[in-house]
Amino acid sequence: MKNMKKALSLVAAASMMATAIAPVTVFADDTFKIGVIGPMTGDYAQYGLGVYKASLIAAEEINANGGINGYQVEILEAGDDQGDPEKSMNAYNSLMDDGMQILAGTVTSGACIAVKDLADMDQTFLFTPSGSAVDCITNVAGAFRMCFTDPMQGTKSAQFIAEQGLASKVAVIYDSMADYNVGIHDAFVAACGEYGLELVADEAYTTDSNTDFSVQLAKVQESGAELLFLPNYYNDDALILQQAADINLDVKIFGVDGMDGLLAVENFDTSLAEGCMLLTPFAASSTDEATVKFVTAYGEANNGETPNQFAADVYDVLYALKAAIEAANVTPDMDNAEICEALTAAMMDVTLEGLTGTTTWTEEGEPDKAPKAVVITNGVYEMM
Amino acid sequence: MMSFLSYLKDGISLGSIYAIIALGYTMVYGIAKMLNFAHGDVIMVGAFIILSSITKAGLSPALAILAGVVLCTLMGITIEAVAYRPLRKAASPLAVLITAIGVSYLLQNLALLIFGADAKSFVTVIDVPALVLFDGKMTIKGITIITIIACIVIMSVLTWFVKNTKPGRAMQAVAADKDAAQLMGVNVNATISLTFAIGSGLAAIAGLLLCSAYPSLTPYTGSMPGIKAFVAAVFGGIGSIPGAMVGGILLGVIEIFGRAYISSQIADAICFAVLIIVLLVKPTGLFGKNIQEKV
Repeated sequence: MKNMKKALSLVAAASMMATAIAPVTVFADDTFKIGVIGPMTGDYAQYGLGVYKASLIAAEEINANGGINGYQVEILEAGDDQGDPEKSMNAYNSLMDDGMQILAGTVTSGACIAVKDLADMDQTFLFTPSGSAVDCITNVAGAFRMCFTDPMQGTKSAQFIAEQGLASKVAVIYDSMADYNVGIHDAFVAACGEYGLELVADEAYTTDSNTDFSVQLAKVQESGAELLFLPNYYNDDALILQQAADINLDVKIFGVDGMDGLLAVENFDTSLAEGCMLLTPFAASSTDEATVKFVTAYGEANNGETPNQFAADVYDVLYALKAAIEAANVTPDMDNAEICEALTAAMMDVTLEGLTGTTTWTEEGEPDKAPKAVVITNGVYEMM
Repeated sequence: MMSFLSYLKDGISLGSIYAIIALGYTMVYGIAKMLNFAHGDVIMVGAFIILSSITKAGLSPALAILAGVVLCTLMGITIEAVAYRPLRKAASPLAVLITAIGVSYLLQNLALLIFGADAKSFVTVIDVPALVLFDGKMTIKGITIITIIACIVIMSVLTWFVKNTKPGRAMQAVAADKDAAQLMGVNVNATISLTFAIGSGLAAIAGLLLCSAYPSLTPYTGSMPGIKAFVAAVFGGIGSIPGAMVGGILLGVIEIFGRAYISSQIADAICFAVLIIVLLVKPTGLFGKNIQEKV
């Protein structure tokens, strides 16, 4: 009997040793399970699908290169929320049932705001690639973001315009009824002073009267502005550009990520967009090595599709996670709360050389990176 | 002075769009005594039909416009027969108003399903050179001139039609008293159907002009101009055909002046405040006297 006990304890000790040396052999939990939530169907499907497909590309690459700390990464089946907060919470719960340890999402802002509280309760680490509303990661620990917030785009636009010497006199036309546009506008106006830009015309319109811009454009023309900043969505911008052409308005045009999509408007005369600049972290037509490699891999896996900005964001998210996991020595057998705590601390020291720029993160989880912009040349984006 | 004239021109060009939509509103109200809140959405459908006929079916612009007018006319008759006629005798006039709002959402969501939410640019259908005045200091777009001419023509033809033709006189009779008209042998159902047919056909033309002036088309394109045009119709005196035209143009001018001289932020507020004041002073609208004659 005594010997039996001894033998048992030896086995136990041996297995503990084995645990310490090669956990992979002992635990079934030998992969990092990462979940993606976004609109996979519906009107915004191109955003969610871009994110899901790119996360698969990144995971495949990471796994082929030996994984993270020797563990493989598994992207769970995508959670489809159609951009709807309620559906997003359901998708989150079902991913948790599948054993999700880290959430790379959600893709859209409204859904992200809803899901962040659930993730906070479970202490699941949340890293949104593209939720740009300020509230997506506020008031919770363990939530990070890859893209700029909406107001941040205003500040970064002013910085970019000033640093590149694009103009000294600027004008704005914006939708004063929508949060997104107002947030960017306010931050831009505040930053103009800081970067020595003179705001000569500040004109508004409302969502209810977003067809006629004749007065606003006439005022911009009179003001002598050299550059017109348009922090609006592309459908409004398309109309503004058409009406600006009608009065031969000769100014540079600068937009933010909402303008992305302008060239895809059906029947739109893309020559009107020629020379337009917009703040965006990623252009698939860039020729740097990392972008070419990503675009090629993405195209090969998806019938030649071109990845969008959201896809690039999530690709960077996975590499940021990899860096943080390695720095914190996180292993897949830890529970969500432990992973969350370790990653939150480790993120402070991560510097990522990603597709969307060289990024570090603040304690609030906000990315800090230099603004990048593209200019529309011959109907395609070209990195500036 | 130059900028004043230029803003005035912008106001008239915006107003002429409101006017042409308001004509359809006022026509239906004047005769059927119902507010067809789906009118703005019929406009949107008309614009989609014209756009798809050109880009998808490859029709010539003239044929596309014809297709738009014919299909919208049929749609107007169908909507009236299916959604409005059964409720005409309902105890409360609210019933048919609510149905109209329902039809409005139905059309919007059907369009959303068929054409998607993405904004589409409207193709150039009407290509008229711009009028350049004062050595190039002012340009009046071709579409503005066409819209104003179309407004005047439609207004005159409608007025003539209602006053001088047999179906027109039947409309007047129905407007004055449905039951009495029926007793006198007027086919009330057919007359109201005809009214909707004309109103919806006009909506297709309005859709074409709206989207030619502001070339962006979504399933919601018709809703706000529809509401503004309703305001214009009330402003001018709802039920009065010349009132719709004048109300529309005035509303456009007030909106642009408000935006230019007061604030672009509160232009809509100014425009609706003016409406409230006009209605306080003259509750039947500018051409309110005509309301007795009911078109």
